[in-house]
Amino acid sequence: MTTNIHSAIDSLKQHLLYLGTIVEEGIRNSITAVRSMDPVLAAEVQAADSKINALEVNVEEDCLKILALHQPVASDLRFVVTALKMNRELERIGDLACKIADKVLLLHAARKDAENPAEIVFPQEFEVMFVTTQAMFRNCLDAFVNEDADLAYRICLQDDEVDEAKRTIRRQLEQIARTDPGQQVFLPMQLAIARGVERIADHITNTSEDIIYMLQGRIVRHEEQI
Amino acid sequence: MKNTEQAIITIDDAIVQADNLSLFYGEAQALFDISFAIPRHQVTALIGPSGCGKSTFIRCINRMNDLIDGLRITGSIKLDDRNIFDRAVDVIDLRRRVGMVFQKSNPFTKSIYENVIFGMRIAGINEKPILDETVEKSLRRAALWNEVKDRLHESAMGLSGGQMQRLCIARAIAVSPEIILMDEPCSALDPRSTAHIEDLIRDLNGEYTIIIVTHNMQQASRISDYTAFLYEGELIEFGPTNRVFTVPVKKATEDYITGRFG
Repeated sequence: MTTNIHSAIDSLKQHLLYLGTIVEEGIRNSITAVRSMDPVLAAEVQAADSKINALEVNVEEDCLKILALHQPVASDLRFVVTALKMNRELERIGDLACKIADKVLLLHAARKDAENPAEIVFPQEFEVMFVTTQAMFRNCLDAFVNEDADLAYRICLQDDEVDEAKRTIRRQLEQIARTDPGQQVFLPMQLAIARGVERIADHITNTSEDIIYMLQGRIVRHEEQI
Repeated sequence: MKNTEQAIITIDDAIVQADNLSLFYGEAQALFDISFAIPRHQVTALIGPSGCGKSTFIRCINRMNDLIDGLRITGSIKLDDRNIFDRAVDVIDLRRRVGMVFQKSNPFTKSIYENVIFGMRIAGINEKPILDETVEKSLRRAALWNEVKDRLHESAMGLSGGQMQRLCIARAIAVSPEIILMDEPCSALDPRSTAHIEDLIRDLNGEYTIIIVTHNMQQASRISDYTAFLYEGELIEFGPTNRVFTVPVKKATEDYITGRFG
């Protein structure tokens, strides 16, 4: 443990960013696994979760040491509090990437078991969710690194696009299942994937709100308009 | 950072009001145009690097600086709307209203009892029942009674450092001041004695106005309701402690309390 609070905070920032990079890879791989129905890649996402969990524990320990040994105030305090919350959100995003990967494995098995193996039909709106959520995550890390509150505000607004895409996907999947009964078996897993991506976007939004607090000392979480 | 808060807030119920206060030691200026109000019955902490004018400022409030050669003051400090620098102000009465506790405890080489009632004796009060009552009340208020009640007539010099400092607080309280100035009262004390004094300050809060100078950021954030940050003789920021230590308005405050300078 360094004796200088600023070195300790720099070190915490590096550890948090490394965790962010690993989680970003988890999101990317889980989405790629959905697109390509790749069970091997899905299994890799699940295997990486233990690494994310270990990193989360390390970051939390860093935060607790800084709080106990340095009693940070002002921007340092806001940084450590944000790091603690962001750490938890990142770990949950990692869990959601695993759940998406799990659904890929289930879909893959369901397609193999089907009497007449069919292509799984994914509505186009899934791409909107995938692209938007990945961009939100990338921007969230950028807002954190570059201390860019305006970017963090914009990320919060993008969450509505993801929510809307999920509602559209639900309607389209139900329509597909009605017109093509062979697709019905895939419906629960596809809905779970949409829900997983939507919840990832929610956690990114929470993190962006925490970044706004870190930079501006303003709690925007329950504000109607931010 | 977007922060729309005022760096120096206004106070509704102020007991002390400094207006354009400047102080010169000969040619050297130590305080620059300080204007702010200190809230009644609250704890206000003055923080800032060494030499920033914290002690000079609080010593103005009971005119402890009067005896310094070449000292010159412009502007005013009003105590309940009366400028304390007016010629007509009785300095002895001012110091009864504004007590002081110093960095190093300074009990007199007298008994514990005589230390507490020293101010009353000067004021000509010698009735034993009144003095006895004042001693017990002041020592209880200073959280020292239980430790010394059986040796009130022993020398105060036999007390520990923390007990001596609480005795000095009891001595200040005995003359019923409105304001207690504290100039780094815990800097020579161990953590346990410091905790005693900090508890006492919190306990006195609401009954007295306490203005404390401290170099200990954690202490300022723990015990004060308001914090003033001075730098190179200027008041940079004054606001609720909770805000100053989480979202300071001025970058200089931020840099100082996070240890980036000073």
